[in-house]
Amino acid sequence: MGLDCFEPSRRERFCYLRVACGRIRSMNVVVCVKQIPDPADPGELDPNTKTLKRDVKLILDESDSYGVEMALQLVDNAGGGEVTLVSMAPNSEVGGLRTALAMGAAKAVLVSDDALSGSDALGTAKVLAKAIGRAGEADLIITATESSDGYTGTVPEQIAELLGLPSITFAKEIALDAGTVKVKRQTEAGYDDVESPTPAVVSVTAGVVEPRYPSFKGIMAAKSKPVDEVTIADLGVDAGSVGWAGAGQEIVEIAPAEEREAGTVVEDEGDGFQKIVDYLAELKVI
Amino acid sequence: MTVSKIWVFAEASDGSVSSTTLEMLAKASELADTVECVTAAGADVAGELGAHGASKVFTVAGTEGKLLGPVVSGAIAAAVEAGNVPDAILLATSYDGRDVAGRLSVKLDAPVITNVADLAERDGALVGTEPVFGGTTNVLTKFTGTGVGIFLVRPKSFAAAEEPSGSAAATEELTAGDLGNTASATVTNRFVEEQTGPSLADAAVVVAGGRGLGESEKFQMIEDLAKALGGAPGASRAIVDAGWVPYSYQVGQTGKVVKPTVYIAAGISGATQHLVGMKGSKNIIAVNKDAEAPIFSIADLGIVGDVNKVLPALLEALQSR
Ligand SMILES: Cc1cc2nc3c(=O)[nH]c(=O)nc-3n(C[C@H](O)[C@H](O)[C@H](O)COP(=O)(O)OP(=O)(O)OC[C@H]3O[C@@H](n4cnc5c(N)ncnc54)[C@H](O)[C@@H]3O)c2cc1C
Ligand SMILES: Nc1ncnc2c1ncn2[C@@H]1O[C@H](COP(=O)(O)O)[C@@H](O)[C@H]1O
Repeated sequence: MGLDCFEPSRRERFCYLRVACGRIRSMNVVVCVKQIPDPADPGELDPNTKTLKRDVKLILDESDSYGVEMALQLVDNAGGGEVTLVSMAPNSEVGGLRTALAMGAAKAVLVSDDALSGSDALGTAKVLAKAIGRAGEADLIITATESSDGYTGTVPEQIAELLGLPSITFAKEIALDAGTVKVKRQTEAGYDDVESPTPAVVSVTAGVVEPRYPSFKGIMAAKSKPVDEVTIADLGVDAGSVGWAGAGQEIVEIAPAEEREAGTVVEDEGDGFQKIVDYLAELKVI
Repeated sequence: MTVSKIWVFAEASDGSVSSTTLEMLAKASELADTVECVTAAGADVAGELGAHGASKVFTVAGTEGKLLGPVVSGAIAAAVEAGNVPDAILLATSYDGRDVAGRLSVKLDAPVITNVADLAERDGALVGTEPVFGGTTNVLTKFTGTGVGIFLVRPKSFAAAEEPSGSAAATEELTAGDLGNTASATVTNRFVEEQTGPSLADAAVVVAGGRGLGESEKFQMIEDLAKALGGAPGASRAIVDAGWVPYSYQVGQTGKVVKPTVYIAAGISGATQHLVGMKGSKNIIAVNKDAEAPIFSIADLGIVGDVNKVLPALLEALQSR
């Protein structure tokens, strides 16, 4: 398409020309990725510490794989830049980070520190906000809307507030342009178009993109990608504000919930539908 | 009562207050001497909120075209700083409720107790119950600090007042202080997905389909059955993620919580994250070809069979009645 046929504003023309020359501008995206125990192996609560037992190997939270994919696509579309991962995890765990690096992220900042054990969402957000600062200049910071194991869903907004940044939560689609991010944000009724200047924090809803499978080459390359492992002292985080010391909440009881009893289970021998009809009639639904 | 004042973040659409807001108001009225609301929906909702127990409604200024998180949390924080300190603030686990709670938590440097399905007073403190492991275990949590307790409450956790009898609440405007750059996201357009029949959250009958349907075209069976029963169609996350149906159909931890009279789960395995969204249904019917599927452990009537056989026959039988 010729430039003059749609009379672009000067700014649009500028961008268009840059796209046309190939190497354009770079977009740097930071993605917060949580490393969690495999949900297929649910684990249990430790009766002493009243937290999830975490002696198993950690994997990339599936919820965050959508954010990683989204970030990789945004950087690709911009034509330059890189995706940096940020994660807080115990025991120098890198299993989940390696998966995301194998997908195509360039590098990672990992915060691992015994003092972090017992951190609640606010403590986690305080650490992540500092780690994001360490990851370098970013146009966008991506998280999932909620983690698979903690699912507080509050960390994204907490990070944004700590960094003094605008945010858009529950993103279904993201378009990143020079200085602006446009998002389709899921709502109760449908979705909203929301726009924000960058840098901004955007939380991504599960299932909105198809996360790529790491290629063999990607997996090999991931092994030598830099992971900057830091402690809270390196980040200048006060130990009293995180971990057990900083958690402003306490579990007072863990109790079994009321069980729902199973009813009748029958094999369908062509009359299964009739059993449902009878049951619905008995309930006076029909 | 030792809990003297609770605030409820009141959400509304088209002038009508959300059902979770009314549920929280009922619980708050039971627990505290004074119940007040904070809302971005304007003074028009003060009548309904008052009827449900709020004595005052704080309306937040400056929310037009904005996401609510920064503005509403800013207004609440300003009120708290000015000395108006409730014991607790209840917000719904909704899009805006979560945003406000997260921002507010940083502003007040106070944690949030999330996924609350029950709330009670113990030794003068509010204790929130969070169901974990698919609702098989309850974890009860309280705040250790003395500040405002922020609770994110799951929908359908409490029953709203059946015969609201309070009188209209007084209103007062709240304004956020300097929000810096944080409120610079703007809403440029709103899209409302068309909906026919009762809403998923309120339907007396929910017919939900999962990956066991095999392919997206088969979801039509679920739509047809829901229609025949005057109910709403629902879905597991597996088929929402696969793009068969919109997210608004999703039942479960990350989707809607439903408590219909009858819930029919077809081709749904019964993962814990699905169960937490529908376990509270009065009667549960499951159709699954795998006799070992976890959904059968909570079903009142379980049919071990193929959805491709059972559902068409069921539809035919219903339509010929
Ligand atoms: C953080 C997080 C949040 C989540 N939130 C939700 C949520 O809100 N809602 C939700 O639903 N899930 C949620 N999930 C996903 C959940 O763990 C399951 O993956 C999902 O519920 C599975 O969907 P399904 O039962 O349709 O699919 P599957 O688990 O694949 O089950 C399909 C079932 O169909 C049966 N079947 C196959 N063919 C037939 C046939 N011809 N006739 C009859 N039966 C058949 C199979 O036996 C099987 O039991 C969440 C997961 C995570 C990690
Ligand atoms: N320990 C962590 N490390 C990195 N990112 C995290 C961590 N905890 C939470 N997040 C991010 O915040 C999102 C929401 O988490 P949550 O508030 O726990 O539901 C997650 O999906 C991640 O993107």
